[in-house]
Amino acid sequence: MGHSILEVENLVKSYGEVQAIRGVSFTVEEGEVFGLLGPNGAGKTSTVEILEGLRDLDGGRVSVCGLDPQRDSQALKHEIGAALQSTSLPDKLRVMEALRLFSSFYKRRRNPEELLKRFGLEEKRNAFYSQLSGGQKQRLALAMALVNDPKVLFFDEPTAGLDPQVRREIYDIIEELKREKKTIVMTTHYIEEAERLCDRVAIVDHGKVVALGTPRELKTRSGGSTRIEVRLAKPEPDGALKNLEGVADAREVDGAYVIHSHRPPQTIVAIVKHLEAQGNELVSLEIASPSLEDVFIEMTGRRLRD
Amino acid sequence: MRNFATLTRMRIQLTLRNKMFLFFTVLMPFAFFFLYAGVFAKGQPLVVKFFLGPVVALTVMGSFWGLSAALVMFREQGILRRFHVTPVTASDMLASSIVANYVLMFPTVLLEFIFARSIFHVANFGNLLATFVLISIGTVSFASLGLVVASVTNTMQETQVINQLLWLPLIFLSGATFPLAFLPKVVQNVSLFLPATYLVQGLRRAIFESAPLSDHNVLISLGSLVCWAILTFFLSAQLFRWEPEVKVRRNAKLLVVATAIPFLLLGLWENKFGDIPAQAQSAFDSLNGPQKSAPPPDTPK
Repeated sequence: MGHSILEVENLVKSYGEVQAIRGVSFTVEEGEVFGLLGPNGAGKTSTVEILEGLRDLDGGRVSVCGLDPQRDSQALKHEIGAALQSTSLPDKLRVMEALRLFSSFYKRRRNPEELLKRFGLEEKRNAFYSQLSGGQKQRLALAMALVNDPKVLFFDEPTAGLDPQVRREIYDIIEELKREKKTIVMTTHYIEEAERLCDRVAIVDHGKVVALGTPRELKTRSGGSTRIEVRLAKPEPDGALKNLEGVADAREVDGAYVIHSHRPPQTIVAIVKHLEAQGNELVSLEIASPSLEDVFIEMTGRRLRD
Repeated sequence: MRNFATLTRMRIQLTLRNKMFLFFTVLMPFAFFFLYAGVFAKGQPLVVKFFLGPVVALTVMGSFWGLSAALVMFREQGILRRFHVTPVTASDMLASSIVANYVLMFPTVLLEFIFARSIFHVANFGNLLATFVLISIGTVSFASLGLVVASVTNTMQETQVINQLLWLPLIFLSGATFPLAFLPKVVQNVSLFLPATYLVQGLRRAIFESAPLSDHNVLISLGSLVCWAILTFFLSAQLFRWEPEVKVRRNAKLLVVATAIPFLLLGLWENKFGDIPAQAQSAFDSLNGPQKSAPPPDTPK
């Protein structure tokens, strides 16, 4: 601590009776891409909105660029850039007008022309916001987050609702920002996104950080084992699969069995033999190297999906 | 201050690109204008002049309608949220709404006067300074009312319901549609509690009776509308919400009632000591008096 650009300590936030954030702590270093990974409703967006100064906190302490988002919100807003979730622009605002308008609000500014070019929006410069595709709107949102050359960027679900190809475009943009050593805090519920883009990831569930580290660290923590996912014709009793050869962990998730194994070939043979003996049948079998999804399943017993 | 200026420019630009704007700010007021001047006043210059106050007041009062709808739409669509992460403040946002509305409203009002002169041959418009100041203050204060409506409603539907509820008494009980002198005594008593009445009657006084700014009733109109504009603007800044999901607090709705206090007191005072209905009556009578004995010279036959 001490020199981190962003610090969150024991953050608490409730909406009426609902506790959205229950003691979240983490720090983000300058030049780092930090991800908050978790299902919808885990408290990611609330956390980010508190850091942006959009919401008040109920307990704990946060600091962004050495500023308190609640007390110094005006000063903070000059230092941060954000692409929010569920936001929009007036339908009849043109792309270039939007960039010019928003950059006019700041003391420090980047050239809107350069941003337009960089985000591939040159051809759309005079298009109304309502005429843009989903991907173009998102590119504009990211460009707008950069108009003040911010010290910290917040991207809240930057690819939610976009089709895979557009999503990859957005990844390229974020990776480029990463090469420029921009500090980025992003939320996502896509495993792939967190693994590909983030230097460090905090896995969030029910308002708590359940695991924190680099994607590699988190994956080794989950046993460094291969994931074998099987679907069976009949349910297996709990624990039966756990005792098979090489199995580190086995549990039922949404009707499938997720098995972690240190020695996959032996485990697969053992599974097949075991099922034969039980008169059960294999419906499907998938093998994958461990991902952050496995970490999430291990910590919460649930899948990280919509 | 700079943010306020750029926001105002954006609001004007966006409104001009909106077809609804054309309907509400241009077509509707002119429809009223020609209805009053052509049909009610039958094109007689003196009567057109008499109705000019109410027509202009209607144009000006319409401000709150468009303003509240625009602001609620901005909030519902998450547009305000995007501004919230920038250094833009609530006052920037609200003040730019009011100023943009004023700039857009003014040409319409001006055209109404020009038409009154060129088409209906109204010879003069009474006291121009008093008229101008009243129109300006009226536009700002009714725009502020729109901001309050936007602040205390959560959805567009709610906003439109409140707008309807406000609009009807404002136009029917203030003398804006039926002249005050035409209305029963009880309604006249009620009308003295409405801000709209002070705008309509103040304008009548300035335009029809050429009352200067220093006139007692013009001053009352101006003073009360200024007070009201300040109260409503302050309140709307306090209650301003950037986020669509943040709902207005229950007790906040009570504060809205507080903005009615100046007119509650003024209404009591005017009902007891004032002469606004009497003035309205004599202005109305002056229309009929000379016409019966001597029809306007330019009328054929």
